[in-house]
Amino acid sequence: MTKLSLLNGRLLDSGDGTSSTSDVFIAEGRVVALRQPPEGFVADQVFDIEGAVVSPGFIDLSVHLREPGFEHKATIASESNAAVKGGVTTLCCSPETAPPCDTPAVIELIREKAELAARSKVIPIGALTQGLQGESLSEMYALKGAGCQVVSNGMRAVANPLIWRRALEYAATYDLLVVVRPMDPWLAGSGTVHEGSVATRLGLPGIPPSAETVAVAQILALVEEIGTRVHFSCLSTCRAAAMIGAARRNGLPVSSDVAAHSLHLTEEAIEGFDPIAHVLPPFRTFADRDGLRQAVADGMIQAICSDHQPHEEDAKADVFAATEPGISGLETLLSLTLDLVDKGRLSLVRALTCLTSGPASVLGIETGRIVVGGVADLCVFDPRANWQVGEQTWISRGRNTPFWGETMRGKVLLTLVNGKVVYRDSDPR
Amino acid sequence: MISVRDLQLDEQGRLRHFLTVEGLNSEWLHRIMDTAETFGSVRERQVKKVPLLRGKTVVNLFFETSTRTRTTFELAAKRLSADVLNINVAVSATAKGETLLDTIRNLEAMSVDMFVVRHAGSGAAHFIARHVAPHISVINAGDGRHAHPTQALLDMFTIRRHKPEFGPLKVAIVGDILHSRVARSQIHALKALGVTEVRVVAPRTLLPVAVESLGVKPFCDLDRGLEDVDVIIMLRLQKERMEGALLPSEREYYRCYGLTSKRLAKAKPDVLVMHPGPINRGVEISSAVADGRHSVILEQVGHGIAIRMAVMVLAMRSGQ
Repeated sequence: MTKLSLLNGRLLDSGDGTSSTSDVFIAEGRVVALRQPPEGFVADQVFDIEGAVVSPGFIDLSVHLREPGFEHKATIASESNAAVKGGVTTLCCSPETAPPCDTPAVIELIREKAELAARSKVIPIGALTQGLQGESLSEMYALKGAGCQVVSNGMRAVANPLIWRRALEYAATYDLLVVVRPMDPWLAGSGTVHEGSVATRLGLPGIPPSAETVAVAQILALVEEIGTRVHFSCLSTCRAAAMIGAARRNGLPVSSDVAAHSLHLTEEAIEGFDPIAHVLPPFRTFADRDGLRQAVADGMIQAICSDHQPHEEDAKADVFAATEPGISGLETLLSLTLDLVDKGRLSLVRALTCLTSGPASVLGIETGRIVVGGVADLCVFDPRANWQVGEQTWISRGRNTPFWGETMRGKVLLTLVNGKVVYRDSDPR
Repeated sequence: MISVRDLQLDEQGRLRHFLTVEGLNSEWLHRIMDTAETFGSVRERQVKKVPLLRGKTVVNLFFETSTRTRTTFELAAKRLSADVLNINVAVSATAKGETLLDTIRNLEAMSVDMFVVRHAGSGAAHFIARHVAPHISVINAGDGRHAHPTQALLDMFTIRRHKPEFGPLKVAIVGDILHSRVARSQIHALKALGVTEVRVVAPRTLLPVAVESLGVKPFCDLDRGLEDVDVIIMLRLQKERMEGALLPSEREYYRCYGLTSKRLAKAKPDVLVMHPGPINRGVEISSAVADGRHSVILEQVGHGIAIRMAVMVLAMRSGQ
């Protein structure tokens, strides 16, 4: 197996946030030494990455790969390729495929395709209910047998609180993590955007913030009784973040994440009925956006995800409410997160924690940190380098990003998975 | 974020499409009304036609059924000597699985000049305007809950005919504000024309959140909402509002929000009573008021043709 040296990079100390220039030595897919090479170490490949940051590879808790079933939108191969370009070395993929990921066969199919693609690691999330119909339990024991550790009903509704309770109990039986995207289907109704002044002016049916807080309150009450590990994904309101943060402080086994685009955009983004800004949960108010940023800074929210949902062009070519929600986000995850560092909202350490060790501890996996002996899933990026979102740089099959055409700061130079180079920026620095 | 202004007006500030009242200033609204005035006489002629749109093809593209609006648009186009094609898409192409864009592309291929669009989805006219060939103008004949700009303009036209100026007026819009595209367009128009006070009156279930952000004063009590107003605009209550727990019954609605002669007395003595139609007698308005001396409801219908003629001519001009 190849031996690699990454020379003159900046390593961050997650304790005090200081960075020091350091070399990283990799062999057998693991980090074998920092600073000084092990005795007799001869690298097959040497990268001089002077000035760039060496970070653990990013762990993305919410990604739609679209395969099986929606290959006209994207494939596991295309999107895991986009992932490593974004510095993502591990991603959790949604069970909302066709057929849904509710059998070991689908888990195995996803895993095989991911191995064949040989880019980022893929953690398939199993369906919480059969066919994601929200009515009867999926065969969670069988899913676990196929290696599944996480279950979710994705964006699909669960019929009623009793089914939620049973599903959480049954998941707890096999110590599965349940990922919940909190949105009460009754309160959300036919809404597609934040229920606020922009929706009122445009005459678009809205989704009130209570659709999220009611769903969170309901699940928290059940977790209090049952104790299942629950991760709330893609929050849109700062109120929900506070509720989950408080429950966590009280010892409940809950955590949460937010999509990077929700830390930037607000309800104004839908102005002119822009279908690219049609996303669920919807972009909300400036107060929510700023509150979510603060919740990330305070550690109330543990992870930032991409909530990557690639679409073909036709999915967005219709009257607003008839378009499919979602944003292609893998490739802008790092830049959007670093932008908050530039704006002084997050420290660099906190930002990277939310992309690495934060989501790693949600999943209970060993990656997400750089330690001697640890798996060499790494991302090397230049926080100062600019790149333009567009034709020349984009890899994902879904071009549905509100940031198309924008210049972004923070560029991935090199991505390693199990000590192997899976992405290398072609632009000479 | 997409700029609507750039979509609706061209570089010279001319009307390319007519999608919404939002963003049009008072000068623009008066220009449309002034143009409509010049067409007022056409209906009195022996031959009710002017040749302004001769040789042009106007397509009434209705994805939602409507008799009144479609008829007035059709008459307006015919009085301008245009050829008119009525397409009821609700029962044709898209029902067969054709996408909206494909429907548009097919009609474009037939060399038409203008689309008059009615659609149940908010933003439909914007979507079509963004995607049509550059020589085609799009007129919004109602999109979802968003806008119905020609209706609002004909209402302003009616008010202008009866009231010397907009500035000092107090106007109350009563009824289902939440679902009403008419109310939204009226609010924008009244604000642009400088009306002092625009009130919206409805139970909380039929008022959109943050409605004050549109620059209006919300009232839940009809008697208080009507105090001292110069114009009352009643909105039609759809029967389906009894479903989904928005209202308990028509009876209770009428009791609280029905416009009766007794309630009308709260308003100014020369108050105008308007309604975009079709009216539900005994649900939102009593027959005595609908047919009474303050009512200008039928006059509104007649003005609809003149306003639609004006908008068509102004929009078609920029395309040449």
